[in-house]
Amino acid sequence: MAINWKNYNPGEFYDELISSPGYPRKAARKLTKYLASLSHEELKQRKATIEHAIKTMGISFTVYSEAGNIDRQWPFDLIPRIITQKEWDHTSDGLKQRLRALNCFVHDVYNDGKILKDKVVPADLIKKSKNFRKECVGMKPLHEVWAHICGTDLIRDKDGEFYVLEDNLRVPSGVSYMLENRTVTKRVFPELFENYNIQPITDYPTQLFDTLAAISPKPKDFPEVVVLTPGIFNSAYFEHSYLAQQMGCELVQGSDLYVEDDHVFMKTIEGLAPVDVIYRRIDDLFLDPEVFNPDSALGVPGLMRAWLKGNVGLANAPGAGVADDKVIYTYVPKMIKYYLDEEPILPNVPSFLCTDKAQMQHVIQNLDKLVVKPANESGGYGMLIGPQASKKERAEFARRIRANPREYMAQPLISLSTSPVLGENTMEPRHVDLRPFILQGSKPYVTAGGLTRVAMVKGSYVVNSSQGGGSKDTWIVRE
Amino acid sequence: MLSSVAERVYWLGRYLERVESSARLLKVYSAMLFDLPRGTSLDWSTLIDIVGGNDIYDKKYQSYDEKQVVKFLLVDTDYPNSIFNSLIMARENARTTREVIPSETWEQVNAIYHVLKDNLNPRMGRAARYQLLEEIITDSQRIEGLFVSSMSHNKAYSFIELGRKLERADMTSRLVDVGSINLLPEFSSKSQERVSLEPYENIVWMNVLRCLGAFQAYRQQVQNRVSGRKVVRFLLQDEEFPRSIGFCLSELVFHLEKLPNNDDVIRAVARVKRISIDAKVDSLVEKGLLEFIDELQISIADIHEEITRIWFNSEIRQEEAA
Repeated sequence: MAINWKNYNPGEFYDELISSPGYPRKAARKLTKYLASLSHEELKQRKATIEHAIKTMGISFTVYSEAGNIDRQWPFDLIPRIITQKEWDHTSDGLKQRLRALNCFVHDVYNDGKILKDKVVPADLIKKSKNFRKECVGMKPLHEVWAHICGTDLIRDKDGEFYVLEDNLRVPSGVSYMLENRTVTKRVFPELFENYNIQPITDYPTQLFDTLAAISPKPKDFPEVVVLTPGIFNSAYFEHSYLAQQMGCELVQGSDLYVEDDHVFMKTIEGLAPVDVIYRRIDDLFLDPEVFNPDSALGVPGLMRAWLKGNVGLANAPGAGVADDKVIYTYVPKMIKYYLDEEPILPNVPSFLCTDKAQMQHVIQNLDKLVVKPANESGGYGMLIGPQASKKERAEFARRIRANPREYMAQPLISLSTSPVLGENTMEPRHVDLRPFILQGSKPYVTAGGLTRVAMVKGSYVVNSSQGGGSKDTWIVRE
Repeated sequence: MLSSVAERVYWLGRYLERVESSARLLKVYSAMLFDLPRGTSLDWSTLIDIVGGNDIYDKKYQSYDEKQVVKFLLVDTDYPNSIFNSLIMARENARTTREVIPSETWEQVNAIYHVLKDNLNPRMGRAARYQLLEEIITDSQRIEGLFVSSMSHNKAYSFIELGRKLERADMTSRLVDVGSINLLPEFSSKSQERVSLEPYENIVWMNVLRCLGAFQAYRQQVQNRVSGRKVVRFLLQDEEFPRSIGFCLSELVFHLEKLPNNDDVIRAVARVKRISIDAKVDSLVEKGLLEFIDELQISIADIHEEITRIWFNSEIRQEEAA
């Protein structure tokens, strides 16, 4: 009843552990061999133990639509995904390069606008960007960094190469699940760690704290850094609380903060205490009701004044999302050449822009082959997966694209690689992506691996946790 | 420390204590009723009196039988202080303060919540109920131990302890109330046919002690047969037993002294201390403890009001409200 890898067939897709049925990749051999040595009963028991551990540890996320039962357990698959150190070093260089260029771009957009004057990126795109914040024009944050924390989504096509799918520069989430996935695996499968040199990932909270401390307006050994959460009903509340705990910071809500004379304070049992840096997990438009959405009860009145005067550090900086836009995304390779004078290390997924008449025509004629994405949505909402969509859905998207070409871009349907998932009785291939987290403060940092998200439904490409996706531990191994 | 966090951990302490003391109460009380003849003034309704849930209970149920009372106290979600609700609140407060409490404590609070949630069966028999209550008590004590030995004894810890000890003092005062109220002739004759409890006085007071896990400590301290006035004195004034009011008050002061702007709260505690130490127990027991206990409970509630005023509603918050 044990696992027989000969029966595991990922078909035409690139598989993370297996090169063809019965032939595991070199780095995965010890793992596949060990798993095959376990009886079906043993595997089942481990699976149950994992579920119990996740329940007890309270690793959860929140689904908005399920009223009443807001807290849902994190779906986790116990078979790790393995990436070699060599491949990762290359990928990691590419990620750092990308974030450096993106930060140059955001700073340029809000200051000199050189890239627009040189017509490398059309100025029109920025004017029409939903994430451009005119309030930030002229702002020069410390180190000229706007996006301190970035979550970049990578996918692997059939050729086995990593492609960048998108950059998340606003409030990327998922890193706590990456850390907890490792903790759970260590608890339940300690044997797996015996034969491998796996890169540890536990230093992320320290690195994050250092990155945040580096943007304190006044240089201090221990600046007061706080994590600003929208509250317990937010889908990522678990993560906010987890990171605050791991960094030893206060977790605050808007109502805990107070701005006086353009300085930010928190309300403590001793009275008002100054705050130096805010790791905000609230969207721009809710940050400060004085400047943005006046109805926001989540934000802090006066926060923007304090930030613009340089009295508090905000990560990520308001307005950083201007580069987190699926249309701007298509220009990132050009940005890398423009600002860094380097060749992009990681390729983009080829994309079609609907702002270009000829490309829009191509998109509309080939909707059955393409994936259409709105420029400014995240979490997989509002997408059209052409090959799987109905005629009616495609017609609806054609109408939307014609009405708002700036709001859409399209990509060919890239295959996502697969990785084995433990099913009821067998190993089954499921599609995965990878979200590494990149930090940029005074120096850059990339997580060893990242969060591997899994589409738990057979054949599905939708990996988002809000839509039924799960996740795996991800190992970077030295051979 | 953030005011909002201080408030949440304070309530965490209160609810955790409430879970344990309610479980103790239910366990010991059931055991005691089996020792008493039927028809005494001590019956299942007394339990509802102790926890002060009469209004909600009477709206929902017509009679006070064992099944309904137990269901009410254990799992009823309409009753805010049922064990299950208290546990939900404890868990919610722990969940929203995970950045300040040790992970193990959160995990244990979460685990006991799941145990209760998975084993809730309002129709469970006495044996199963006994087992479940035992488990809740043991788990609660494990959680308390985890806090003591794994959490830094910092300000957050002091707020948890304030919540815990205040809740404990409150519960002990309620039990003193019960032990005495039913022994006095004028109170034991709600109905004409009822049997006098006098011969059973011993059993009742012994069970009050057991409820607090105080029987052994009492015997060691008082070295005498169990008598009402001595039990009352022990539970009010003993400085060494962890569930006596005197001990809880000293603990409150110990933690209050670590906090800023503590004057008014310490004064409120001192007032309770005077009431309980000055109590002339002998004459009180003769006359009836009712008024005295009322005064005591109101003054305990005052401590809570002061804590809330000083630390949880900072002036800025009040400005916002206004």
